[in-house]
Amino acid sequence: MTEHHDYQGAKMGMWIFLFTEILLFGGLFVLFAVTFQRYPTEFHEASKLLDVTMGTTNTVVLITSSLCAALSIVALQRGERKRSEMLIGLTILLACCFLVIKYFEWSAKFHHGIYPGSTEIADWAPGKQAYFALYYAMTGLHGIHVIIGMAVLGWVWWLIRREKCTPDHFVALENAGLYWHLVDLIWIYLFPLYYLIT
Amino acid sequence: MADTAQGFMAPKGRHWILEWLFTIDHKRIGMLYLWCIALFFVVGVLLGLIIRLELFGPGKDIIGPQAYNAIFTLHGVIMIFIVVIPSIPAAFGNIFLPLQLGAEDVAFPRLNMFSWWLYIIGGAIALVSLFTGGGAPDTGWTFYVPFSAVTSTNVSVAVAGVFILGFSSILTGLNFIVTIHRLRAPGLKWTRLTLFAWALYATAWIQVLATPILSITVVLIAIERLLGMGIFDPARGGDPILYQHLFWIYSHPAVYIMILPAMGVISDIIPVFCRKSIFGYKTIVGSSLAIAFAGSLVWAHHMFVSGMSDTAVMVFSLLTFVVAVPSAVKVFNWLSTMYKGAIRPEPPLIFALGFIFLFAMGGITGLVLGSAGTDMHVHDTYFVVGHFHYVIFGGTGFGMFAAIHYWFPKIYGRMYNKKLANISAVILVVGLNGLYFPMYLLGLAGMPRRYYDYLPQYTELHQWSTYGSWITAIGLILMFYNLIHSRYRGELVGRNPWQAATLEWTLPSPPPSHNFDEEPVVTHGPYDFHEVRDHD
Repeated sequence: MTEHHDYQGAKMGMWIFLFTEILLFGGLFVLFAVTFQRYPTEFHEASKLLDVTMGTTNTVVLITSSLCAALSIVALQRGERKRSEMLIGLTILLACCFLVIKYFEWSAKFHHGIYPGSTEIADWAPGKQAYFALYYAMTGLHGIHVIIGMAVLGWVWWLIRREKCTPDHFVALENAGLYWHLVDLIWIYLFPLYYLIT
Repeated sequence: MADTAQGFMAPKGRHWILEWLFTIDHKRIGMLYLWCIALFFVVGVLLGLIIRLELFGPGKDIIGPQAYNAIFTLHGVIMIFIVVIPSIPAAFGNIFLPLQLGAEDVAFPRLNMFSWWLYIIGGAIALVSLFTGGGAPDTGWTFYVPFSAVTSTNVSVAVAGVFILGFSSILTGLNFIVTIHRLRAPGLKWTRLTLFAWALYATAWIQVLATPILSITVVLIAIERLLGMGIFDPARGGDPILYQHLFWIYSHPAVYIMILPAMGVISDIIPVFCRKSIFGYKTIVGSSLAIAFAGSLVWAHHMFVSGMSDTAVMVFSLLTFVVAVPSAVKVFNWLSTMYKGAIRPEPPLIFALGFIFLFAMGGITGLVLGSAGTDMHVHDTYFVVGHFHYVIFGGTGFGMFAAIHYWFPKIYGRMYNKKLANISAVILVVGLNGLYFPMYLLGLAGMPRRYYDYLPQYTELHQWSTYGSWITAIGLILMFYNLIHSRYRGELVGRNPWQAATLEWTLPSPPPSHNFDEEPVVTHGPYDFHEVRDHD
């Protein structure tokens, strides 16, 4: 079956999809902005409870993974298939690291009873509760995107192995890379918002 | 490629169910949408008739209050998310957009199939929510918090369905944008695009840019309910008004997802039946884009009484007036096209005229609601119900009916009974006015919307409205009978029974699986009928 390849069309479709993803998170950023404006001191207090070290480590992990994804595209374009595969593998591995660190970070919080709807935080000031509601909503949604991104990268890895994604037709890898950069980008906004601005 | 009499609907070898469910042919996908939408429309209408019957007299007539709340919620959810939003773009857009562009298919055929699957899964989940858990949702289709966060009914499942339906809508929009940008036939410049394609283009951008906000909003309701999140709960630092903002940032532009494609259909139909090029092609294009843009800035006019600042109320009131301008521009363009045209009163035109009248009734009362002062008086009354039913049923619904009657001979290669079609159109116009005009009067008299019971002084108007619903039902039965009967028994027609000038009419009816044997080269605009006359 002959398929027509429209490189520009495929890229355009992906960019439009990324816009929708930004808007999806945009709703939450709006909620954050409004709530932050309403409870500046409570947000200040609450953000001190987050672990900056873990957040920073995760930022570094995710940026590195994004670099690997970008290098993998270059490798495939140059025809270095093995290296491209390895770099995608590395991207997925780093994504796993991100999730593991996130897991420890969240479970420590859960251990202290800091999660929406817990009896521990029921007595807290409303602003502090709102901070953690948004924190879990936004980092949780981001986490789901990390998992989806890993699945997409895994799929492209398989495509490359089956030589369905080749140095001539690499748009699947490129689009997966774009998606991964978006996942990275959203974290780059989440990180200072929650961990650094106090 | 030899055409069979059945065109793209001819069997291809595999079992016919598999062949249809996993088709990547845009025409078949469009047909799948069309049938599903028709089916859900019938369900929605039946629910609407039950609501009207219950409201025939004060107190209990046929159902209790809880069932009433569930039924109007269901009526809204089905009609808005499953019927009206996908109606014209997903059904007729899928069938005819690639044909009008001279393309083989949409840009991403597999994604297109995936969109339909999402649509069906989302619709099924929405239906499942009725019969499982704590019973059908009773929140109204807007799922307003705080009630939607605390009610014991099955809201979480229903919003999951809406989320998936939204995803389907986004992907369809994305597909259309890329298709229009990339797959136009040689010579098909942007200024030679049909106005239907232009309307779909404007619609697609709204689908892509507005729907994600709804997605996140319904996700938040679900996690508010499942995890006790507190994002909209004031006791925990949240704010229910923020929910309304997020909801309407999508759902107001969604109104234009509903109406713009219908306007596109009307803009395609009127020149054909007046044998005259459309008046002001560029202003119609411009007004479509202007509606898409300005329509995204007016969401807060749903919230004038929610406690916004006076400045905000004035700004949103003004913006609402602004969005009425391009809509009015279109109406004047249609009327100017008809002026001194050689009018042929065929059914598509009759439906189009019904559309213009009913849409104008809805549009003008929209201004009453958009003006902050008058809105205070009629806010959340039957006036609003009348307004949006005129726009959505009288507008989108009639646009849909006009589209069916316009393209029916192309899809099936057969013609329906024109006289019967005209009669059903007239009955429907009468029925809709009977059904919805009393609602304006009820609203002005102070009857609140969504109420199960009412004071005796509203009885007479409610009864008129219910009579109207019966007339509407008769019109619908007649129309559906005519179409279904003609699908099998109708007289065979050739390629171009209406002598239209757009590309889909150059193909056999029904079109073959492979659209164009050779890529068409476009040398004139979509409403240039000189060439068509030469062919005949």
